[in-house]
Amino acid sequence: MNKKMGGGVQLGTVLALVIMCAFLAFANRNFYSPGNIMGILKQTAFNAFLATGMLLCLITAGIDLSVGANAIFCACLMGALKEAGVTSGILLMIVAILAGGFMGFLNGTLLTRLHLPHPFVSTLGMKNVLWGAALVVTGNKMINKFPESVQFLGRQTIGSFGGGFPVSFLVIIILYIVMHIFLSRTALGRSIYCAGGNMEATRLSGINTANVLTFCYTMSGIMAALGGILSVGRSGICNGSMATQPYDTDAIAACIIGGASFTGGKGTMIGTMIGALIIAVLRNGFTLLSIDSSVQNIVLGLVIILAVFMDVVRASMEAKRRRLAAAAKAH
Amino acid sequence: MSEYVVELKNATKRFPGVVALNHMQIAVKPGEILGLIGENGAGKSTLIKVLTGVYQADEGEIYVNGEKKVFHNPNESAAAGIACVYQELNIEKLLSVTDNIFINKWIKKGMLLDYDTMHKRAKEVMLSLGQDVDPTKPAGTFGMGIQQMIEIAKAVLIDAKMIIMDEPTSSLGEKEVEQLMKTCRELKSRGIGIIFVSHKLEELFELCDRVTVIRDGEYIDTRPIDQWTNDSLITAMVGRTLENQFPKEFGVKGDCFLKVEGLTVGGVLDHVSFEAYGGQILGMSGLVGAGRTETVRAIFGADPVDGGKIYVKGKEVHIRSPKQAIQAGIALLTEDRKGSGLVLAETIRTNLILSSFKHHSSGWFLDENKIEKTGQGHIETLRIKTPSIYEIVGQLSGGNQQKVVIGKWLNADADIYIFDEPTRGIDVGAKVEVYNVMNELVKNGKCVIMISSEMPEILGMSDRVIVMRGGRVMAEVDRDSKHFNQEDLMKAAWGGSLDE
Repeated sequence: MNKKMGGGVQLGTVLALVIMCAFLAFANRNFYSPGNIMGILKQTAFNAFLATGMLLCLITAGIDLSVGANAIFCACLMGALKEAGVTSGILLMIVAILAGGFMGFLNGTLLTRLHLPHPFVSTLGMKNVLWGAALVVTGNKMINKFPESVQFLGRQTIGSFGGGFPVSFLVIIILYIVMHIFLSRTALGRSIYCAGGNMEATRLSGINTANVLTFCYTMSGIMAALGGILSVGRSGICNGSMATQPYDTDAIAACIIGGASFTGGKGTMIGTMIGALIIAVLRNGFTLLSIDSSVQNIVLGLVIILAVFMDVVRASMEAKRRRLAAAAKAH
Repeated sequence: MSEYVVELKNATKRFPGVVALNHMQIAVKPGEILGLIGENGAGKSTLIKVLTGVYQADEGEIYVNGEKKVFHNPNESAAAGIACVYQELNIEKLLSVTDNIFINKWIKKGMLLDYDTMHKRAKEVMLSLGQDVDPTKPAGTFGMGIQQMIEIAKAVLIDAKMIIMDEPTSSLGEKEVEQLMKTCRELKSRGIGIIFVSHKLEELFELCDRVTVIRDGEYIDTRPIDQWTNDSLITAMVGRTLENQFPKEFGVKGDCFLKVEGLTVGGVLDHVSFEAYGGQILGMSGLVGAGRTETVRAIFGADPVDGGKIYVKGKEVHIRSPKQAIQAGIALLTEDRKGSGLVLAETIRTNLILSSFKHHSSGWFLDENKIEKTGQGHIETLRIKTPSIYEIVGQLSGGNQQKVVIGKWLNADADIYIFDEPTRGIDVGAKVEVYNVMNELVKNGKCVIMISSEMPEILGMSDRVIVMRGGRVMAEVDRDSKHFNQEDLMKAAWGGSLDE
């Protein structure tokens, strides 16, 4: 029987992570060095922020393709304000979070109030808008020398093991625990799953599904803004042209590998964490084995297609199991 | 050579748990218009689908011009000369009339499509059906009448020997109906046989040569039109005995809980007005498409409304969303359990609290103990057969799924419970349990509204009945009225008047 405890992570996904780690440890002795491990966690953190928002959208049977561009836009907005003379790091971050959240809110509004069809297209359009906006506000320049407080999230570490445990990953752990409780133990959290599972039944049960969806996209925007702040700390700069990087696909891959489905109604924080770790380990492994970056792209693309394929197989296997169970019950 | 162009003999079609057709028969002569009528669920659609090869009958034979045929799919039926104009037209609105007519039967010149010839042929065929249209224009630019003619043109073009028309007049205006009848007579004169399915008796009397009546999947009778009367047709359609499968209990009639005044939705509902009282079950009767579901969805805020007033317990309410309806004390159990009643991939537990998250929360969080308790309570009182509340709803049987929907709405603690076809597709035992829930509700002074297409259910459970037709309330009948019987309610549903 399947009590939905522990988030229902597929054993296979955890196993895949373990096997990958074992293989890399065998192939390259540096993999298990404390410094490398901490590096992986640092890398995971950025994607884990974006994947949090992406997961909410995926659970509602939607998608947010603008998360990567939104993160970069928020970083660039901070850069532009800094150049314009704003010195307070706290203020910069508040503005970034508000801006990211507002962009997400726009995505949600386009979907629910203006009734645009599937968010695939509208968020893809938003991605381009934000990419352009990021370049416009920075005047096509890279900007550096951000205030310390802005860089804290992406740069600060705790202790000295392997160069220190990244604060960003600590924040991710806390965020994932809070979001896990939110999704599984609150009315709004359960409403998100129900809306994704059957939008009409949920609406007719008195839940304002338009507001639920808008909430998810707004959260996605806020998570992207946090990711943007993190990226500034990690690299020390903001760069508008980074908006075209495949951050969105990495976030989608983390969610799908972790058990979310494009058909909605499914996905967990724990699974998404495993998915994000897999992506980071994969990228790290490529670097350690000094595989050409173009080949990296090919492999990562294939991994994503594989993950989607597994989602389809999983769905059809579940349908079959359900059919057989129903048939067994009928006799 | 047979006297019939198409003849179906002794056809039986079973679906899991139901016999949809039981030794059904129908026969059409060349150059004849045969009317086909029956109540909702009498088996008309199944019969049509067997003739067009969509379904394969488990037993029985089909003869075309005396020759035995077996149709494995719709293409084989079409090749044998049987065409059907469905109620829902298969018109691609953006494509031209020609494209619609020649779809899949393209005329080619070498590798390319020969549009010159096709346009010419399309024009000719449409003209022969009395329609002078430009075949290069998109089909969607024309009205429903002409779109239907395009469907008929398709049938003519494949040299159909018989054309089935499934309620062809239901979406047409008066002028268009006239034109359609002219066309039918024209087709008849060419020797084509027509099966004309209609809910409108007057049309049958005007157009048909003979009429066949079916009921509960069984063949009842076929007579030449002059041997039928309005009354004899209706009696033939409904004439079944009422068994005592309805454990009706009576509550005490209370105040007016719901008053609907002039509810209007453009093209769907036309000034619907009625009242429903506490302690009573109000039955809503009528044919499929009479506007009953649309009425309750409009009341519930599920669809937008164009006009009218709604009063709950004497106070006017302005309901614009299901959320507001629930706050006003209204619950709606939709007819489509899987599509709009349940989240199939979720657990029983989550589905049960879907409309009452607030009652099951303490502070920010869901109250697990309370959810567990009410869940177990519902499993016992509603007798949901399941090992635990953590089962996925999609795995339950239809009857148990319906009980989960009921449990969900009992949790919402409403005053007005609207059940839309609550016993459709569930077994007899579960039906009785659903009736008992309704009894319990009215005994507790709640107001119940029940839409049902099953006449025995309406008569068995209702304290009062309203009959709808074409988006209007046609009649209102109390349980102790002399009109509270199948014949009179059916008469109203078919457009007749119930006055002395």
